[in-house]
Amino acid sequence: MAAPYPFTAIVAQQDMKLALLIAAVDQGVGGVLIMGDRGTGKSTAIRALASLLPKIPVIANCAYNCDPERPPAGHCESCQHDKKSAPKKTATVGIPVVDLPLGATEDRVIGALDIERALHAGEKAFEPGLLARAHRGFLYIDEVNLLEDHIVDALLDVAASGENVVEREGLSIRHPARFVLVGSGNPEEGELRPQLLDRFGLSVDVSTPQDVKSRVEIIRQRDRYEQDPESFIKQWRRKESAQRRRIEQARDRVGLVSTPDEVLEFAASLCLQLGTDGLRGELTLLRAGRALAALNKKDLLTCADIRSVAPMVLRHRLRRDPLDEAGSDSRIARVLESMEAS
Amino acid sequence: MMPTSASSHWALAEEALAAFSVAPHALGGIWVRSSPGPVRTLFLELAEDWQLNRIAKRIPLHAQEARLLGGIELTQTLATGKLHWETGLLAQSHGGVITLTMAERVQRQTIAHLCSALDTGNLRLAREGLSQTVPAAFGVIALDEGLEGEQPQTALTERLGLRVDLSSLSVHDALPSDIDSARLLNAQANWTSVTLSDDLTEALAVTTLALGIESPRAMVIASRLMKILAAINDRSAATEADLERAVIMSLAHRATRLPELPPEDDDNEASEPEPQEAQSEEPESPSNNEQSEVTPPLDAVIESAIAHIPAGLLASLRQGHQPRGKSSAGGKSGSQQRHKQRGRPVGTEPGDPRRGSRLNLMATLRAAAPWQTLRRRQANPGQQGQLLIKPSDFRTTRFRHQRESTTLFVVDASGSAAMHRMAEAKGAVELLLADCYSRRDSVALIAFRGDKAELLLPPTRSLVRAKKALAALPGGGGTPLAHAVELTTVLSEQIMRDGATPTAVFLTDGVANIARDGTPGRQRAKEEAMAAAKQFRALNSRALVIDASPRAQEKARELAAALGGRYLAMPQADAQGLRNMVRSAEAVN
Repeated sequence: MAAPYPFTAIVAQQDMKLALLIAAVDQGVGGVLIMGDRGTGKSTAIRALASLLPKIPVIANCAYNCDPERPPAGHCESCQHDKKSAPKKTATVGIPVVDLPLGATEDRVIGALDIERALHAGEKAFEPGLLARAHRGFLYIDEVNLLEDHIVDALLDVAASGENVVEREGLSIRHPARFVLVGSGNPEEGELRPQLLDRFGLSVDVSTPQDVKSRVEIIRQRDRYEQDPESFIKQWRRKESAQRRRIEQARDRVGLVSTPDEVLEFAASLCLQLGTDGLRGELTLLRAGRALAALNKKDLLTCADIRSVAPMVLRHRLRRDPLDEAGSDSRIARVLESMEAS
Repeated sequence: MMPTSASSHWALAEEALAAFSVAPHALGGIWVRSSPGPVRTLFLELAEDWQLNRIAKRIPLHAQEARLLGGIELTQTLATGKLHWETGLLAQSHGGVITLTMAERVQRQTIAHLCSALDTGNLRLAREGLSQTVPAAFGVIALDEGLEGEQPQTALTERLGLRVDLSSLSVHDALPSDIDSARLLNAQANWTSVTLSDDLTEALAVTTLALGIESPRAMVIASRLMKILAAINDRSAATEADLERAVIMSLAHRATRLPELPPEDDDNEASEPEPQEAQSEEPESPSNNEQSEVTPPLDAVIESAIAHIPAGLLASLRQGHQPRGKSSAGGKSGSQQRHKQRGRPVGTEPGDPRRGSRLNLMATLRAAAPWQTLRRRQANPGQQGQLLIKPSDFRTTRFRHQRESTTLFVVDASGSAAMHRMAEAKGAVELLLADCYSRRDSVALIAFRGDKAELLLPPTRSLVRAKKALAALPGGGGTPLAHAVELTTVLSEQIMRDGATPTAVFLTDGVANIARDGTPGRQRAKEEAMAAAKQFRALNSRALVIDASPRAQEKARELAAALGGRYLAMPQADAQGLRNMVRSAEAVN
């Protein structure tokens, strides 16, 4: 299998790349929804992100990637059970990026009885599903608006609670499953369930580049990559590792970014003027803003940061009026402009 | 310009096939538009000859997901008591070619799997006790027998690099070519190292923009095609000729607008003889200031592309319409086929598979597994080592039986009150769409005015598409009711064929004044409308006539009766009220 196309070599699509980077810095911002025309490199970007992500420590041989640095209360049942034994071995792994392919069955997503072991040894063992593998990482759903309803239902609950509770086939298992949901799709294929839409912290609309220069660049890069993937990747290695360092440093820094009161007020009044529901919008604004500040190596959150992330945070949270012709983006832009004037 | 006679048309199709045979997966596939017949047979035989010993699979229309992706192998699993996995068709086709018959009717689910394999060359599986990625790099030959307006879903055609249309050809046009397997093998070995000059790359980018082809994927595939065409002709660098043919084979049919060609050369020659100038007149090519001297004559490329745009598409482009094919056509998106034993699985339940429901093997094994040790103890010695399954273990798949419904608005846009009614209908369409995520509904809209009715919005679930289609609504003129009813009948039939339930909602006062042939005349118009309504009635489909005129009209009531539907007077129709009314009508029936 060929190595994925490098993230830094993706032409244009700044919004999409920024949203993914923010989610990589602070996994608490919630998921990223990427909607756009076909062939705009949505899936390429997400697969590329996987190789860019820093490594994290995990408890060795834990199916749920438990974090050794957390108190055992947050661990999965099996790690909690042998807490009396000697200190557990740890390992470092890349942050998992798990694909939830179309046509996935429920048992693979939430996990199910391990049939082989049940048939042979007659023991009731749990075979973890995709949600377990995605814990502490990313869960990627391509064509998210074509996802089967019963899978969406399973996801909604887990994404909200951060825990997967399995009650089936005589099994009773619960394990932590906190992941960043990344969805991509084409808006012409249909709408997303509002509840699912709500689970995404950031949303970006991608469109195709319309200038000759970037289009030529797309053909050229793609051609070079296809001719000789290995040397192409080698060529981009420096940029890739610089980007990786940037993410790592930002992950360390993001907790230290301070939030002045005036920025809090700015975020609150922005949400108020746009009439977004609940507090989720404001909280995500601040988190995403801080992640952006950290990516830019700053320690202070500013109104400018909030402005830059406002469209991707709020776009999908505006109450939709089907009769309103102007899109969400222009409404956000209008309010931002009026706030600048005042 | 390329000659466009029939035999050269065939030669072009043949060359496209040759390019496909060199690198099926790199080009995605070839979209063959043709009804079955000797020419298509000849074409497919040639495709087989040029397969270069690749695997060739055929996917029928009704192929099940489990067969496409792979699943549990029943016999082996039961005989050995161990899970045996059976590779699906897609993975089996790795390195080969898949022929998709009746591609215009293939289900969306199947298309989605094909597309993800075409994009990545891999198949990611997470089903029935297996999670893995298997290689599945193949090319697709999509056989499209669609009638006018019907074509495979855009998600698929977008990924098929080549398109050939054989419908206008006869066997006599099919002259043998000088391409043979040896040349193809040679090209297969060499095409990746063919060079593509910067000028050609830029020319390709400019051409796609001029034709309004936004997708970078189409552009990247065309760049590969240029290299392959060069390799077939034994060249180590792509040339203008390759660009021209790549544009014809791979891009012309994707055009969404006609480029404004720069003025003829002789106008230009007097002032600026340099080729660059001709190019800088291209629309939307802002960054060609750093061009070298050898710019390919782009006009010629674009002109020949225009000459090869399919006729129907060209006509609609000329009228400035967004081609309907851009949305997934055939009115099929948003509706999936539904049968009593097929459709959306929503879980499993204990049950007897002999009653006609489908056995879910995984769930059955899961139910049986915990009991195995116990049952073995009680079993006859001869049965040791076997899997012991009892009827009580049987689990069957539950399917959602509820059929998808499609609400078909037929809006009278004639006369003075039209604008008001149209606005309300438009509002109701969008409101219905806005709450259709949970219900699997789609909405379509027919407007009639002047001398004919028109399908403005094919059945869709997408708010984005609906908004696009509704943005410019016509209004005013006569009332061609008969044509509107006829069109409604045709569309309702089509919707039923696709497995959904249509509900036609007429918004009219029922006063017809334009006859079927477009001439005015109340009496004849009315008679024809009633005759058309009787035909609709024969479908036994739901209809609702909403009379939005200030005073209730007897004619609207008559129309409702002839359609076999309900009549509702609604002097103050508003979008919200309409929505509620449609919902309640659908619930009643």
